[in-house]
Amino acid sequence: MIKVKDLHKKFGDNEVLKGIDCEIQSSEVVCVIGPSGSGKSTFLRCLNMLESITSGDVEVDGQNLKDPKTNINMVRTEVGMVFQQFNLFPHKTVIENIMLAPEKVRKISSSEARERGLKLLEKVGLSEKADQYPSSLSGGQQQRVAIARALAMEPKLMLFDEPTSALDPELVGEVLEVMKQLALEGMTMVVVTHEMGFAREVADRVLFMDEGIIMEEGKPEQIFSNPKSERTKEFLNKVL
Amino acid sequence: MEGRFNWAGVIEFIPELGTGLYYTLLISIVGLLIGFILGAIFGLGRISKNKLFYGISAVYVEVIRGTPVLVQAIWIFFALPLITGYNMDSVMAGIVVIAINSGAYIAEIVRGSVQSIEKGQVEAGRSLGLSQNQTMRYIVWPQAFKRMIPPLGNQFIISIKDTSLLSVILVPELMFQGRLIASNYFNAVEIYTTVAVFYLFITLTLSYVLRIVERRLDVQ
Ligand SMILES: Nc1ncnc2c1ncn2[C@@H]1O[C@H](COP(=O)(O)OP(=O)(O)OP(=O)(O)O)[C@@H](O)[C@H]1O
Ligand SMILES: [Mg+2]
Repeated sequence: MIKVKDLHKKFGDNEVLKGIDCEIQSSEVVCVIGPSGSGKSTFLRCLNMLESITSGDVEVDGQNLKDPKTNINMVRTEVGMVFQQFNLFPHKTVIENIMLAPEKVRKISSSEARERGLKLLEKVGLSEKADQYPSSLSGGQQQRVAIARALAMEPKLMLFDEPTSALDPELVGEVLEVMKQLALEGMTMVVVTHEMGFAREVADRVLFMDEGIIMEEGKPEQIFSNPKSERTKEFLNKVL
Repeated sequence: MEGRFNWAGVIEFIPELGTGLYYTLLISIVGLLIGFILGAIFGLGRISKNKLFYGISAVYVEVIRGTPVLVQAIWIFFALPLITGYNMDSVMAGIVVIAINSGAYIAEIVRGSVQSIEKGQVEAGRSLGLSQNQTMRYIVWPQAFKRMIPPLGNQFIISIKDTSLLSVILVPELMFQGRLIASNYFNAVEIYTTVAVFYLFITLTLSYVLRIVERRLDVQ
């Protein structure tokens, strides 16, 4: 589903990604962990071209993102993204947030988009909030709406950038629960997270990033109980 | 003091002042409508990545903001015809002045409001597969427009008051009529007070309408 080859990313002179190689299979759940500033978000954002690629290759669903013939808007319809700050559209109701892209990009009818949206809201447990504005929802509810909004495009792949970091601790569980459900249904997921419990329980594979490279990767049991690299050990000692 | 000012006599001049009011409103409304269109275009120019579009917009805004309206009015009415060989009538020139002048300030309002929309909004739109234009149209612009309303209202009021300067290019607006009457009938106190009250009436009505619009748009 994703093939990344020798990916480099610079902001000006600051090289943030220093050669990332990685492959992610369909239905795989990969958690990305690592210290702040190590380039986790940048890596994720390169996967849907929210950041341009300085050098190297990124292939998503068979399409090379650097190829000028690739229609990046089409690729993005297959790649859902969930942000730390939710980024719901404040001027639209919950259901309108969800309906917008299916209507304008997929060109499906408004009634079909609505029906699909209501089903997704039911799935994330927020049916009764359809006609409210995001500002009247709790952080956890907003993030669940954001997940539903991304799912409305029926993506093949979902990217999550610290989806629970902006939430009060008591609201984290409800969002992780939705994500876990999604993983069980076979969604391909790349999740940047500080929730080590979630990574250990749900991930098929964990990537530890440090200073712009993937320092270590492996099954969660191995990474958490028997890390090979000193840096991984240090990091886990700090966060666990 | 009693009897020194003939307030009741003002009634006699209502037709002339009415004509003035008509031109003041005409120039304000048409001028600001065009100004809004100019502002939207050049405001987007100032956030455009296209260097030429950006450059033209920047020069326009800086030149207009950096020169007095009075100079702009006189230049357009007296100087421009000498260059183009085409004489504009004064009302037309007045509309052009208000449009071009308000357009520059409105461009800044548009730019500021669009730039005040969080980057995450655009990223959310683009990550869903919306194009740049669709993201502007459905996500950024509606939110930016709401933020524009208070400063736009402010600019409308400033431009309405600026129309009084057009008396120097012989536009028969409120101030021009007032001066004409006062110099013929020596009733400066009564007439200029009445003229001031007319302006106040227009601007207060506009403030009131704007407050209602703001409240309406804030329902969510
Ligand atoms: N748009 C940008 N312009 C310039 N520098 C940037 C930009 N985005 C990120 N950086 C820099 O890139 C580095 C990596 O940032 P990134 O956000 O990818 O880290 P992260 O691993 O996600 O950290 P965190 O856990 O704090 O979210 C940081 O040093 C940051 O300052
Ligand atoms: Mg980050």
